[in-house]
Amino acid sequence: MTKKNVISENGIRRNPPQKKGLLQRYAAAPHIVWSVLFIIAPLIFVAYYSFTDADGVFTLANISAFFTEKYLIIFFRSVKLALIATAICLLLGYPIAYFISRSKPKTQKVLILLLMLPMWMNFLIRTYAIMVLVQDTGIINSFLGKFGIGPIHILGTEGAVIIGMVYDYLPFMILPIYSVMSKLDNRLIEAASDLGCNGFGVLRKVIFPLSLSGVISGVTMVLVPSISTFYISQKLGGVDTLLIGDVIEQQYTASNYNMTASLSLILMLILLVGLAIVNHYSDGDGGGMMP
Amino acid sequence: MKRKLNETETFSETTESEQPPSDGCVAKTSNKIIELRNISKSFDGEPVLNDISLCINDSEFITFLGPSGCGKTTTLRIIGGFESPDIGDVFFDGARINNLPPYKRQVNTVFQKYALFPHLNVYDNIAFGLRIAKVKEAEIKERVTEMLKLVNLRGFEKRNVNLLSGGQQQRVAIARALINKPKVLLLDEPLGALDLKLRKDMQVELKNIQTKTGITFIYVTHDQEEALSMSDTVVVMAEGKIQQIGSPTDIYNEPVNAFVADFIGESNIIDGVMLEDFKVRFAGHTFVCLDKGFEKNEPIDVVVRPEDVDVVAVERGMLTGTVSSVTFKGVHYEIIVDIDGFKWMIQTTDYVAPEETIGLYIEPDAIHIMKKSEYSNMFGDYSSFSDELEHLSDITEDIEE
Repeated sequence: MTKKNVISENGIRRNPPQKKGLLQRYAAAPHIVWSVLFIIAPLIFVAYYSFTDADGVFTLANISAFFTEKYLIIFFRSVKLALIATAICLLLGYPIAYFISRSKPKTQKVLILLLMLPMWMNFLIRTYAIMVLVQDTGIINSFLGKFGIGPIHILGTEGAVIIGMVYDYLPFMILPIYSVMSKLDNRLIEAASDLGCNGFGVLRKVIFPLSLSGVISGVTMVLVPSISTFYISQKLGGVDTLLIGDVIEQQYTASNYNMTASLSLILMLILLVGLAIVNHYSDGDGGGMMP
Repeated sequence: MKRKLNETETFSETTESEQPPSDGCVAKTSNKIIELRNISKSFDGEPVLNDISLCINDSEFITFLGPSGCGKTTTLRIIGGFESPDIGDVFFDGARINNLPPYKRQVNTVFQKYALFPHLNVYDNIAFGLRIAKVKEAEIKERVTEMLKLVNLRGFEKRNVNLLSGGQQQRVAIARALINKPKVLLLDEPLGALDLKLRKDMQVELKNIQTKTGITFIYVTHDQEEALSMSDTVVVMAEGKIQQIGSPTDIYNEPVNAFVADFIGESNIIDGVMLEDFKVRFAGHTFVCLDKGFEKNEPIDVVVRPEDVDVVAVERGMLTGTVSSVTFKGVHYEIIVDIDGFKWMIQTTDYVAPEETIGLYIEPDAIHIMKKSEYSNMFGDYSSFSDELEHLSDITEDIEE
């Protein structure tokens, strides 16, 4: 995305590359050291543990274990809940992002601040807050009880997990979409209107296609943590809402590092393939996580 | 810019009674397509348009000309439906359209910097309006091909609009607007982002397209040369008001006030007194002129164009001055001459040396008399003139736009 913008904006190009100074040459050094120590090395360990047993002997048992019913059910449940949460985030977040981007600059600042405010609090605390809200004796149910409704049993169901995911990750959907929309040239909207589009036509023909890169970023940023989450399902879900993240965590606490590693590796690979496909179909324009 | 071409027009000054009435309706004929009636508009309490009234004829090329902030773009946006006037009415084909949204107007716009849809290729950009109107794909294909031919972009169908040059994007923008067969095409400084050479070519091309299609063009620019060379009618605007409406030759030869005289071309604007009909006194000399109808001894502004002053020997001159600077401009020299402390700009093909004392001769038809206005004494003296400053002021204008 950034690459394209550099060329398209008034055709201005960056200065030709100059001879690199000392600072430029070594500016990336801390990042490289960091990457090697905390990303590449651990990944090698993960791969190593995935393909060995507790005695360090090569085996495919950990990998094949994933493809048994026990793990597949949990994996597909994770995918299902994450997809539902992502869809809800998109349906809620897109109009919100549109609304914010169309309001006055001052209002925009306030609304974005309100959106970010909950994110300044710890995820765990927010998840506990949702627990208090939805439990059988919680605020929502005691409010509904005044009208003779309920109590609706939410806590411990898949619904509660989805609510938790949506609540925790909604800002990650809104922010990238808002950021793309707020940069949208108002003249394009006027041009569409000038060429015969009514309000909905402008949204469908111009605003949506041009905000697609934001949508893809948003979807990625909600889907990935939703699939791999474990504390949301632990706090809000029940026995039958165990997610793949929970299983990984359980294996780790049980000191079964080989199984932990193989589950992580497979999940990571599946996510990478999925994102690569999404990015491919978005013309490589979707400011997603893939290069 | 040479004067010769208008010898005849200059003498038509005697028919001044035919000048447009002050209500701004040039169109006495019945083929007016747009009428603005007493339009006022302000943004955040800043008045932008102040009681604008104007008629636009069908099939004409009309230009709104003025410095930035004069309200020309706002006027265009009111016609396009992107702004609505605070006071006043907009009529289109006799119907009031104040509250009609842009997508319901028979008007299309070529935007400043083109505003092409970056997610669509050339073909889809041009076909946009027809697709909204649910025209059949076969007809769309035919019409897009025809449009591409009109704007000289054959074979560009599949190109990515983001990778086109400025001139090509410009053509796509024109095709995208024209394909809908609007009754009126609005052009908001469409050539502003192009380099000089390309701008000149596009001026000719735009004028040809306008003649070929017969569509009314409403053109906004701050470039007076562009306005003069393309338009049938020029509307000069300043400070949210219409200063003058007329043909390019009228505007150039018979500016109504010091603002118009200064903005269109180069002008020496001098304080003078109209002694009687055909006799004016300025710069310490009494001249014969072609203007009449002023009161006896009425103070007036005199305009003398730099190319209309002849440099002669001192003894033959009506005025005498000292050359304070000489600039070679290719076709002619541009010299600044100090006459009793007032700096005149004169264009001459004969070389004169700096510090030389020369005589100046002014023919009666080179003198144009204007009534005093709020713009008197604000323009017309070249004592602070320099090319560099002129250039700088152009840049700031670009930034504001």
